[in-house]
Amino acid sequence: MQTRRKTLKQSAVVAGLLAASGMFPQYAFAAFNKAAFDAKTLAEVLKAMGAGAPVESKDVTIGGPDIAENGAVVPLTASTALPGAKQILILVEKNPSALIAVFNVTDSVEANFATRAKMGQSSDVYAVAIMGDGKVLFAKKEVKVTLGGCGG
Amino acid sequence: MADPMRIRAQVAGDKATVRVLMAHEMESGQRKDAAGKLVPAWHIAEVTATHNGKPVLTAEWGPAVSKNPFLQFVVKGAKAGDKIAVTWKDNKGDTRTDEATAS
Repeated sequence: MQTRRKTLKQSAVVAGLLAASGMFPQYAFAAFNKAAFDAKTLAEVLKAMGAGAPVESKDVTIGGPDIAENGAVVPLTASTALPGAKQILILVEKNPSALIAVFNVTDSVEANFATRAKMGQSSDVYAVAIMGDGKVLFAKKEVKVTLGGCGG
Repeated sequence: MADPMRIRAQVAGDKATVRVLMAHEMESGQRKDAAGKLVPAWHIAEVTATHNGKPVLTAEWGPAVSKNPFLQFVVKGAKAGDKIAVTWKDNKGDTRTDEATAS
């Protein structure tokens, strides 16, 4: 039997193939790191970003609700107290594509961002800090979703 | 042209907390329409922020950021009266810039 989730998964694969063959004209976007946003797991995202192996760190914090009632709007915060962060990433492990957002940090802003994400199901969420010296630090937190926000 | 953003920049000490609410559909590309066809993804892909004209933040977003996205960030060395401008660009090439004065 074809479950809805399976169908979704397959359509994502097809969409990926289409995108790869250049069938999605709106992806003709030079600066947009499509490979990273198409990647399914934390490891794949980091590979696409050209970053090394991640290390769990208590200097990176991820904030979010323990239980999100509405998966379409899950407030998440990612921050690090360490100086020299280059990029902050927010990821949701079990979303069709794991990467939510990349923030390029400059000296003029604090490495502390808040935004809202869509989550398809209960999952671990990650905040990843890519440091100037090439270190990759992360923190994770489990968010339970009672109503998914990705499907139709 | 898309609807305007709501931007608020609050100064506390030498920092300004900027909160932005953008108006955008943020279609995920996972949903299907009534005919069962996938609705193509339509989302904000790039966000940039400037402080008195100087770029301070760039961000890349995927389709998994929620509808009418919210963004909060902290600008260092900002004082009341400074101009904070935010620009977004979506994956269809549409773009919008709005500016707010820190207070």
